[in-house]
Amino acid sequence: METKKIFHAPVIHEELNSLKAGDTIYLRGSIITARDAAHKRIYQLLQEGKPLPIELKDQVIYYAGPCPARPGLIIGSCGPTTSSRMDVYTPLLLEHGLKAMIGKGPRSAQVIESMVKHGAVYLAAVGGAGALIASCIKKVEAVAFEDLGPEAIYRMEVEDMPLLVAIDAGGNNLYEIGPRQFAHI
Amino acid sequence: MKEIHVSKITDTVARLCIEACYNVGDDVKALLEKARQQEASPHGKNILDQILQNLRVAQELKLPICQDTGMAVVFLEIGQDVHIVGGDLYEAVHEGVRRGYTEGYLRKSVLSPITRINTGDNTPAVIHTEIVPGDKVKITVAPKGFGSENMSQLKMLKPSDGLEGIKEFILQTVIDAGGNPCPPIIVGVGIGGTMEKAAYMAKKVLLRPAGQHNPDPLVAQLEEEMLQAINNTGIGPQGLGGTVTALAVHIETYPTHIAGLPVAVNIQCHAARHSKALL
Repeated sequence: METKKIFHAPVIHEELNSLKAGDTIYLRGSIITARDAAHKRIYQLLQEGKPLPIELKDQVIYYAGPCPARPGLIIGSCGPTTSSRMDVYTPLLLEHGLKAMIGKGPRSAQVIESMVKHGAVYLAAVGGAGALIASCIKKVEAVAFEDLGPEAIYRMEVEDMPLLVAIDAGGNNLYEIGPRQFAHI
Repeated sequence: MKEIHVSKITDTVARLCIEACYNVGDDVKALLEKARQQEASPHGKNILDQILQNLRVAQELKLPICQDTGMAVVFLEIGQDVHIVGGDLYEAVHEGVRRGYTEGYLRKSVLSPITRINTGDNTPAVIHTEIVPGDKVKITVAPKGFGSENMSQLKMLKPSDGLEGIKEFILQTVIDAGGNPCPPIIVGVGIGGTMEKAAYMAKKVLLRPAGQHNPDPLVAQLEEEMLQAINNTGIGPQGLGGTVTALAVHIETYPTHIAGLPVAVNIQCHAARHSKALL
């Protein structure tokens, strides 16, 4: 096994630029969650030029909506949701400084183009591994849109969250490279 | 006539919602372990290791295996010699879902399709009722996550499309889904009937023990052939490349009209959850 590659959040630019599609990394630091409804609101606020309830610059957004925490735990299961539903909003967020996204499944050509332009990465978490990922979350705090319930924005402190670099800042895309390597039709 | 009180229905549905979300069946687990042995991609192996590790962590920490605890799909098979007493049967099912999702710390993901305002308690459930011979009630709760549900498709093929058209449509649905529905997946297929019958069959056939073939040898052969074709796509675990894209293909058929050939494909993620009880 190669040595454990640590990636910090909010991002450190040298670390981000060293990531290559296919790298296994472990995320440490502070990330924010946002999924469909929160993206829609952020997008509208940005379009209207209004202030956001969260900072985007150098941040890592995790596409997730957790289960409620049972007593004694800080969070319930918290795996990634399908990223492609956020594609329509993503380029605008990247323009405003977002540097990394965590989710599952492929991204659109427009998102990848925008990622290359702004030097951002897309990290894949294992969909359906919500309990395992919850065990990496050390602190949770609701920071915005609490009326959205599971779709609210949370800030989370994570420790060694296992991720795969799916699309790097050069636009290399494991969702294309990987399947091509194993297809035999 | 045998009587069953609605409160028993509510209690059972509540228990099954929780049970289903916290456990995956031994059938699915065995197929995941087999997939880990067969997977050729190093990333794929790593992903399958995490999926299996997740099942252990979920047990240890008493967490749902996936945060998408789904929309509750409830199948009721009601014996024709049973009398349900004490209230409205469907309201009893919804109350069971309400209670199960609250007491089980499950995510409430159900909302109005127009206003997108959350109902707050994961109701209503989607309820399918069948009247069957006998004096028992069989309840199956199958929470359905929407990462995979969103990738499902239905098509009214032409008779001239034939078996080749069916195969192409199933394969294309899986290819279009790619890494979105959390592969490795289980593919439910309904062929024949009418539009809604095909969709219902595609959903219900997912309740079959994972990997068990249709008793009709012709259909079983089609299941096997489609499984191989799907695994030859290279999509792999999570769509990041590999040799295991599907754990199983389940197909159900029903006679159809001379003018038609409905085919529905319902995609199920690897968190293939369902729990049942017999009252």
